[in-house]
Amino acid sequence: MSMYDEVGPADPFLEDDVPSLPPPRRRVRVDRTPLPVEPGAAPFARVRDRSSGPERMRLEGLTVNYAEARVVKGVSLSIHQGEVLALIGPSGCGKTTLLRTLNRLTEATATASRGGRVLLDDQEVEQIEVTALRRRVAMVFQQPNPFPMSIFDNIAYAIRVQNRKRPGRRELEPAVVDALRRAGLYDELGGDLDRPALRLSGGQQQRLCIARAIATRPEVLLMDEPCSALDPKSTAVIEELIGELRRELAVVIVTHNLAQAHRVADRVAFMYLGDLVELGDVDQVFEAPQAQRTRDYVAGAFG
Amino acid sequence: MATQLTRAPAVLAPAPQRPRPRGDTVGNWRWSQRLAFGACWAAGIALCVVAIAIVGYMAVRGLQYLRPDILFSRPEPGLAQSETGGILDPILGTILLTLIGIVIATPIAVATAVWLVEYGRPAALARLVESGIEVVAGTPDIVLAIFGLAVFQLHLFAPISFTASGGGVFGRSFIAAGAMMSLIALPLVFAATREGLASLPARLREGSWALGKTKICTIRTVLLPQVRRNIATGVALGTGRIVGDTAIVVVLLGASLRIDPQGNVPGLSVLRGTGSTLTSYVYANSPAGEGNAPQKAYAAAFVLLVIVLLINGAVDLLGRRSSHVELGV
Repeated sequence: MSMYDEVGPADPFLEDDVPSLPPPRRRVRVDRTPLPVEPGAAPFARVRDRSSGPERMRLEGLTVNYAEARVVKGVSLSIHQGEVLALIGPSGCGKTTLLRTLNRLTEATATASRGGRVLLDDQEVEQIEVTALRRRVAMVFQQPNPFPMSIFDNIAYAIRVQNRKRPGRRELEPAVVDALRRAGLYDELGGDLDRPALRLSGGQQQRLCIARAIATRPEVLLMDEPCSALDPKSTAVIEELIGELRRELAVVIVTHNLAQAHRVADRVAFMYLGDLVELGDVDQVFEAPQAQRTRDYVAGAFG
Repeated sequence: MATQLTRAPAVLAPAPQRPRPRGDTVGNWRWSQRLAFGACWAAGIALCVVAIAIVGYMAVRGLQYLRPDILFSRPEPGLAQSETGGILDPILGTILLTLIGIVIATPIAVATAVWLVEYGRPAALARLVESGIEVVAGTPDIVLAIFGLAVFQLHLFAPISFTASGGGVFGRSFIAAGAMMSLIALPLVFAATREGLASLPARLREGSWALGKTKICTIRTVLLPQVRRNIATGVALGTGRIVGDTAIVVVLLGASLRIDPQGNVPGLSVLRGTGSTLTSYVYANSPAGEGNAPQKAYAAAFVLLVIVLLINGAVDLLGRRSSHVELGV
């Protein structure tokens, strides 16, 4: 019994980075429980000869400052529909900040300022009304953050557009069920959508958050370490889900878990201290990295 | 956070080895520690004794004089004790005044807390608002009462005040007293709401913003339902304070023991009129006041004590429940 017993663990939300698994040299698969897949469906496997869809977002010389500190330094890249872009890099290298700039969530931070251009379908994100932008560029956070309402209301809340007459439950139900289906959660719920969302397990809560994010049929889905608070089994389920979702939208995922980046991504962007060091296909970045820093990081030399 | 992480603590000098205490019992302690330990115990027990003494004494004296007909009959003018009636009007007055105070205070307090926590800019204005509320919270109730009297005696407030036939505005009425009472409850509701909002995790807000919701929609749909319990706790605390307040009642509610409506408009006439509460009734009937009917005062004081204890119990219950609620943290 000492005074130090009083100090609990730090709020995981404040913690930007969690220690990641040691990065693999070769492709490593976490043991996963097989999912109930409907017969005939192709098993989850990355399509190597991807035909990446149309470009959805483009960053041109994006810089982000927090007060005086420049955390993103002139990053240019494009985000395509039908592919998963993984942002990797050591802690505090600007990955999450970059992600939050895409739906203008950095604007909630008073000290943040931005330079360069962010385009969504060739339109500057500043010119899009922020609520409309965020319905098109949805986001899933590190900690599952369902609202303390029922499962149904969580998704209905996302679907309802402001300043319109609130549609009733009957009108919303198909859209809600559809979102839950696409997030692979509906069958597990057994039709009971009135349960409080906080009663779900962590993995289910995160999939509810994904369902909520994709309920508005966004074009881009931002995922900020969506699995770092989850157990390996839930992680596998969500990774599988990401593989499904990339068919209909562009996915940008920040992860510290190199094995995960290897598993889910089509393209990988390696960031270091705010710079985009390397951007390429997943196999190229992991197996034949161009830059020395990338080689070191992927080999687990630092991070 | 980041700055804390950058530098690991320097290597610590080896801690001086102290002899391990052999059994951490009072017998092994130094005398100064025993003394402090004993003082702590004595202080705690003394407080319990005082609390039991108050409740016990009031219960004995109150129950001695409390009759059902006292609860349900109105105060009457009379010289003999048997003719002065009961405490129905003071009980109703207490309830009415509390209601007015809470109804005025709660929306203002909640709105202020929401603005401060969720917007709070410019920062200078936020600081000003906070110190303003601290000033209100720290003002003695008799000062609030005198100030209220000065304000409500303005002719502007004649419609809501007890007025003399010549047009003189007394500045005394249920509304006047209730408005000042709201200042007693406001800081408590404000503080409880602010604490509740501040303790909500940021990811709840960001989750809602990321769905394309405006700040105001987030506050209404996600945040306020979460702090309902905090608001309720603040309201209950405020209610306790209003019920127990005397100075504002004596100064602003008028000296009539009966609820004395003003004018002919039903409802409004009561609000404009004067009356009494249990506290002012106790004061008026105690030997210090004008009635010198200590038996009635004891009965009323006991009823007041029971009401306050019930409210405190409700606050405890609310607080205990709110700690059980998962906030999605």
